[in-house]
Amino acid sequence: MSPRFEYLLRLGDDALILGQQLGFWTGHGPVLEEDIALTNIGLDQIGQSRAWLSMAGKEEGQGRDEDRLAFHRDQHEFRNALLTERPNGHFGDTIARQFLFDAYAVPLHDALSRSRDPEIAAIAKKCAKESAYHLKHSRGWMVRLGDGTEESHGKIQQSLNGLLPYVGDLFVSDASSQTAQEEGWGVDLATLRPQWESNLESALTESGLERPKATPEQLGGRLGRHTEQLSFLLAEMQVLPRTHPEAKW
Amino acid sequence: MVKRTADQWWRLLQSVPDPEIPVLNVVEMGIVREVIPDQSRVLIKITPTYMGCPAMDAISDDIQEKLREPAQQEGLSVDVELVYAPAWTTDWLTEGAQQKLEDYGIAPPGKTADKRTLQGEAPMVRCPRCKASNTEMVSLFGSTACKAHYRCNACSEPFDHFKCI
Repeated sequence: MSPRFEYLLRLGDDALILGQQLGFWTGHGPVLEEDIALTNIGLDQIGQSRAWLSMAGKEEGQGRDEDRLAFHRDQHEFRNALLTERPNGHFGDTIARQFLFDAYAVPLHDALSRSRDPEIAAIAKKCAKESAYHLKHSRGWMVRLGDGTEESHGKIQQSLNGLLPYVGDLFVSDASSQTAQEEGWGVDLATLRPQWESNLESALTESGLERPKATPEQLGGRLGRHTEQLSFLLAEMQVLPRTHPEAKW
Repeated sequence: MVKRTADQWWRLLQSVPDPEIPVLNVVEMGIVREVIPDQSRVLIKITPTYMGCPAMDAISDDIQEKLREPAQQEGLSVDVELVYAPAWTTDWLTEGAQQKLEDYGIAPPGKTADKRTLQGEAPMVRCPRCKASNTEMVSLFGSTACKAHYRCNACSEPFDHFKCI
């Protein structure tokens, strides 16, 4: 697998899995506006995923398009960060997961919009507008819940504590990530951590939430080592196109 | 027969409505970026308003359908290509489009030089129904990816605001 194919899969799979998860909220949001918000964000993620995976398919050169990559790969072939496959849980769990991701997506898309590859830069510039809007939404809820009632504060703190051990995958620096940086078409994902930290700290300060004591980081998503949650998600997402492989809408 | 010029193809495209906001056509929306007729085909480059805009496939089909016959008369095929750069902005909505949106009941976007909507700090948005400026944002997200949800405090009507990006 070329470093570039690997890198594009990571970008595409993060957005795909998150988008699919948010799609499960359709008709289940706590209020109508949030139902619409979560599914709108999910739609943006799916759109972003489509652009990255389509590019990944071309890079691979085996004739796989974005649908083929999304629906006909198995769990160990997915490269999404473990954070994105954490269960939806309650609204606070979903918001905390989204916030931790958005706080990474904003500096990611900002950095990629300066890519030496014009296509990567173009897609990233488009994504940047969307991720800034997503962060505004998820951060707003972190503050509202953290600075809300005793119950909302307790719940969102618990969501945060449960998710923080899974963010490590976002910042893995390996051959793929380093090649991206060296060749100038991408960014070493490890370099995004300070900006993510600062996004997190500012939200914690404003919301009155606390950062739990250091916990061991769970890594593996970038290597295709996933939690069982992903297999349930893929089963649901892939069953139709796998049952009817050539079906057209 | 006489070949159509790019301008004439542009005029034909003005009869393709946006599937979500049918009061505007795809040219007024700023979705059509380039029209390049050559010896064998007419190439239409379109760009999405949002990455996940589900209307892009429908728009591509609608353009194909509208141009197929005129193109065939000239022995041309129609190709619709999706491009991402430069990223779509509400600044590309034509002058007339702003007024049409308001008449349709959607508060039009301001200019992107004003980043407050994107930051979620709502600027003054005029109610498209009673024109009062006493309005408030209900949700950052509205009925489609490109709109936010507002409420008028004067006439109590809810309405969509075209997000400024």
